Formats: sequence, C-alpha cells, structure tokens
Amino acid sequence: MDVQLKRGILDVCVLAAIKNEDSYGYKIIKDLKPYIELSESTLYTILKRLEAADMLTVRTAEHGGRLRKYYHITVEGTERIEEFKEEWKEVMSIYQFVTKEDGIND
Amino acid sequence: MTKKEFLCELEEALSGIPKEEREERLNFYGEMIDDRIEEGISEEEAVSDLGTVDEVVWQIIDEIPLTKIAKEKMKPKRKLKAWEIVLLAVGSPLWLSLLIAAFAVIFSLYVSLWAVAVSLWAAFGSVVASGFGGIIGGGILVVGGEVPSGIALIAAALVCLGLSVFFFFGCKALTKGSVVLAKKTVLGIKKAFVKKEEA
Repeated sequence: MDVQLKRGILDVCVLAAIKNEDSYGYKIIKDLKPYIELSESTLYTILKRLEAADMLTVRTAEHGGRLRKYYHITVEGTERIEEFKEEWKEVMSIYQFVTKEDGIND
Repeated sequence: MTKKEFLCELEEALSGIPKEEREERLNFYGEMIDDRIEEGISEEEAVSDLGTVDEVVWQIIDEIPLTKIAKEKMKPKRKLKAWEIVLLAVGSPLWLSLLIAAFAVIFSLYVSLWAVAVSLWAAFGSVVASGFGGIIGGGILVVGGEVPSGIALIAAALVCLGLSVFFFFGCKALTKGSVVLAKKTVLGIKKAFVKKEEA
C-alpha cells in the first residue's frame, strides 16, 4: 500500500479506537488487531503525531500501583474521523466505477 | 529476558536520541510489558512479544528523521572551555574541510548509485530508438532500391527491439535494487549515529 495512504488510514484507526472511551496503548493495539497489525513503535509514532495535531490529549493516571497513559480524543480528532468517512464515500464510488465489468461504454 | 533487562538494553541502544524522547519511549515499552503481564502473560513472554531489542531499535530509528539524530549527536555533551573554542576556531580550516569531505563522499556514493540507474535507462532508450530508427531507415533503403541492405538493417533493428525487452526487465530490477540500497544506506547512517559511543 502507498505509504501516505497507509499513514492516513492508521491515524484514523487509532482515533476510532479511542472514539467511544479513553484508551491506553496496549488496549489500542489489541482492539485494532483483528483489522490491522500495529507494532508498538508504529503506535508510538502515530500517537505522537496525533497529539501534535491536537487530535488527542494524553493524561497519566494511576493504575494498579503504576502509571498508565490514557488517550482522549478531541473535537478535531472526531472531525478527522468524519472527514475520513466522507473521503471514503468518494473513494468507494470511484472503486465501483473502476471495477464495473461492463466498462464505460454502456 | 526480564523487563528490566530489556529496558536496560534498549536504553543503551538508544543513547543517540534525545534524553526526553528516550525516556518517554522506555516508559511506553514498560507500560506495554506491564499491561501484558497484567493480562496473565508471563514476563518472559510479554517481553518477547515486543520483538528483540535489535528489532525494536531498528523500528524506532527508522521512524526518526536523520536530521534529528544528527543534531543530537553534534550537541556537545558539556559546555566547551574557552581554549577549546579557540582551538575549534583555529582548527576550523582543517576539521571543516574534513567534515565537508566526509559529506562529499557520502553524497557522491549516493549520486553514483543513481547514475548507474540513469545510464542504464539511457542505454535502454537508445536500444529502443535504434530499433525504430533501423526499421524506418531500412524501409527508406528498400523503397530507394537498395533491397538487401535495407532488409539487413530492418533485421538488425528487430534484434535491437527484441533485446530491449530483456533490457527493460534488467533496468527495472536494477532500479528497484538501487532504491532498496539507498534506503538501507540512510538507515545504516542513522544506526551508526544512534549507536552507543564507546566509553
């Protein structure tokens, strides 16, 4: 897959993983596993990028006697997901055109 | 390998990246291990889940821009003393030119890598061009009455075109190879920067 395309998709995947409730690193990886394989270093880079873009915020909370970082989606992050949905509607209609068996002459 | 051993080795291997970022990454990996253990996975397994230290280091430096690594490396570890600054200034004609030379060597390696690819494609282009040119030239000769030499020229041109097909696949493979090699070179330079300085 194209690198830029993949990067954009991964960003939205991580945002979607924290959309309904705040989540933490390991849970994000686990939740995404059925759909997309994500290494720890990749996730770290994505989280940093999304934080810099104000699409999520980070807070550290105590959990079982140690610290854990939780990621919370911002309004910008939610907007990004909506944007993605709109973009892909377009892509899907193009896909249908491209894969149409009869071609454009009919 | 225990969590502590893993993080120690990782810290050592990442000594070339900025301290703040290094610690943040170590905390991140520590949390990943703890969360796995909490789920009932053994410490040993939780650590090996992340991959070997070497694999993790490669992944990390692959994602950090080279400029950031180089900048961290160039940063002096302590404040320079006055005489050192003087020495640096006085010696600049020497070390500056050496530094430029080093970069020039790396740059020229890079350029020559691409030059090979470019020249191969040029050769491919000329084979194709001579093929078509030969056919046209041969046609003109035949029409002009010089049938045997015209046919010979066309035959040679067809051989050229035939060869160009093989040439094309060769060029493609070589270009792909150079891209991979160029990427590896950059990764290698990065790794050399990040590697722990021998004490």
